[in-house]
Amino acid sequence: MTISLFDARGTPLSQQKFNWRELTPKPLSKLDDDAYTRVRVILLNGIEQQANRFQHMCGQFNPDLRRALADIRRVEHHQQTMVNWLLGADHSPLETTIGFEQVAIEVTAAVAQQEPDEYLAQTYRFGLLEDFDHMYRYSALMDRVEGKDANNVLQCYTDILPGRPTSVEHRAPEDDLRHHYDRKTADPISKFNALTIFSGEYQTRDYYMTIGPTFSDPVARALYAEIASIEEQHVTQYGSIIDPNETWLEKWLIYEANEAYNYFSCMETESNPRIKAIWERFLDYELGHLNTVMELFKKFERRDPAEILPEKLPDPIAYQSQREFVRKTLSEEIDLRARGADYVAKNDESEASLEYRQQLNSTGSPSDAAARNYRWHPGTELAKKSA
Amino acid sequence: MDQHLGMNRTGIDMSPIHSKKMMQVDDDIPLTTDGNTTTANIEDYFLENAEPLGSVPLPGTVKGVAKASLKMASGRHPEVFINKLGERLAYERTGVRIYQQLITKCQHAPADLSPDLQLPIDRLRQFCSQEEEHFELLTNCLRKLGADPTAQTPDADASSVGASGFMKVITDPRTSISQCLQAMLAIELADNAAWELLAKLAEDMGMKDMAQEFQHALQQEDIHLREVRAWYEKSVRVQARMF
Repeated sequence: MTISLFDARGTPLSQQKFNWRELTPKPLSKLDDDAYTRVRVILLNGIEQQANRFQHMCGQFNPDLRRALADIRRVEHHQQTMVNWLLGADHSPLETTIGFEQVAIEVTAAVAQQEPDEYLAQTYRFGLLEDFDHMYRYSALMDRVEGKDANNVLQCYTDILPGRPTSVEHRAPEDDLRHHYDRKTADPISKFNALTIFSGEYQTRDYYMTIGPTFSDPVARALYAEIASIEEQHVTQYGSIIDPNETWLEKWLIYEANEAYNYFSCMETESNPRIKAIWERFLDYELGHLNTVMELFKKFERRDPAEILPEKLPDPIAYQSQREFVRKTLSEEIDLRARGADYVAKNDESEASLEYRQQLNSTGSPSDAAARNYRWHPGTELAKKSA
Repeated sequence: MDQHLGMNRTGIDMSPIHSKKMMQVDDDIPLTTDGNTTTANIEDYFLENAEPLGSVPLPGTVKGVAKASLKMASGRHPEVFINKLGERLAYERTGVRIYQQLITKCQHAPADLSPDLQLPIDRLRQFCSQEEEHFELLTNCLRKLGADPTAQTPDADASSVGASGFMKVITDPRTSISQCLQAMLAIELADNAAWELLAKLAEDMGMKDMAQEFQHALQQEDIHLREVRAWYEKSVRVQARMF
C-alpha cells in the first residue's frame, strides 16, 4: 500500500471526534499480544507526546498559528490518550521500562538500516549500542530485585547482553552534539527518521524521570537516575541532528507527515486487528492535519509543500527482530566513543568527557552494580542455578 | 469458567526459532560484565543513612476522656498504639472500598471471568458493612486517645504500599473473580493477624474495653477469612472439575 501525501485528504479536522469510552480502550494483553504491538504503542505515544511538545512551543513563538495549533493539538492529545491507554495495568513500571528499551533497540536498528545518510546512520548505531546496554542493566535489576524474567516482555525478539557499558556512556555536553542534516538537501526519510528517534528518546527520558522516584530499592532509584541522564544525552544528540534552520511551519509539516508515516508503518505491520483499526483511523486523522498545515504553509510562507514533503510516504518501518544487525553493530562498533560531533576510538575521548564521567561515577556506578556478573538465562538467574 | 488455554507468548517455548538464536551468541560478544561497584556499595550507604517514613502525629487537645485513657497507658509508649490504630483504620477504610469493588465485579463480570460458582452477594455486603463498622470503631478509639483519625500514620503508609498491588488486581476489569478472591484472601489473612495483634496491644496498654471490642472485630474477621478462603479454593477447584 502507498500513501500519496498530496492526494490523500484524510479525515477532515471537523470530523475528528472522541468520547471517553473510546479514549480509554481495552488494553493490549501483556501475555498474549505480540511484543511488537507494545513496541508500536510505546513509540506512537512518544511520537504524539513530542508533537504536543512541539506544538506548544510553536504557539509560544507564532501568534498567527495559535488557533490552528490549538485545534490540531487537542485532537493529537486525545490520540495520545487512546494510544497510551492501550498499555494494561498489569505492566509494572519496570516491565514497561523493558518495553521502552525494546522500542529503542528495535526501532533505532530498523531506522539505522533505512537511513540513506551514512553519518546519521552511524549516529543511530552509536545510540543503539547504549540503549542495548540499558536493556541488559534493567533486565538484571528486574531479575535481582523483582525476581522476574525480562524476556517475558521481549518474547525472544531482542537480546539481553551487555552493550557499550552504561558507566562509560556519560559524556560532557559538547560531546553529545552532532552535525545536523541540511534541510535543503536531506532526503525526507532522513527528516522522518530523526524526528521518530528524537521523539522516542524524549519520552523515554521523561518516563524514567517520572517513575524513577517511585521505586523503593536504592539500586533501582540510582539506576533510573543514571539511565535517565543518558537518555537526556540522547535527546541532546538526536535533537542536534535536526536542522535548526527549518522554519516553524516547515517543522510542523515534517511533524505531521512523520506522524502519518509512523501510523502507516504500524498499520501495515500490526497483528492485533482491533489495534490495527486504531492505527488506520489515526493515519487518516494525521493526513487531515497535514492537509491543514499544508494550507497554512502556502498561506504564510507562500511556498509549495512539495519543496519539503515526499510525494508518497516511504516504505514502512520494519517491525521485526533486528538481532543480526544489532550483533554485527555490537561486534564492530562497541568501542566507538564520541568527541565533539565525531565518532572516535575509545582512547581518543575528550578530557572534558573523561572528567565529567569520573565526577559522576566517583561514588560508584549504579549500572555496574545492578548487573555485576549478570548473565541472562531463561526463567531468571535462579532458574539457571536450579537447572 | 475463567481459565483457558491460548496463545500466551511470554515463555521461550512459544518462540522456538528466536529463542534458539537468542541463546547462540558468537564468542566475540561478551555475555556478562564485571565492574568495581557492587550493589552493596549502593545499598549499604542508603540503608545506613535512611530516615524513617515519618512520625506518629502528636495528639491534639488532650483533655477529659483522652487524658484518662492516656494515663492508663502511662509508662508505656502510646504512640506505638496510635500508629497501629491508624494503620488498622486505613486498612479497614480501604477494605470497604475493596469489598464494594468486588461486589460490583461479581454483578457485572462476563462468564469467561467468573468461576462456575455464585458468590453470595448479600454475604459480601455484610462483610463490607462490618469493615465499615471496624473503621468507625477505630475512629472512635483514636478520638478517645486524643489522636487525629484523619492523619496517616507511618505504619498506615507502609501497609497501604503493601496492599496497593491487591487493590490493582481487584479493580482491573480484566481480572477474574477467582484472581480477585486470591487477592482478597491475602488481604484477609493480613487483616486477621493485625486484629489479633491489636487486641493484644490494647491489653498491653491497659485498655480493656478496647481490647474487648477488638476481640469482637477479630471474631468477625475470622469469619471473613474462613469464607473468603473457601470461596477462593472452590473457585479454582471447581474449574479443575474437583467438585
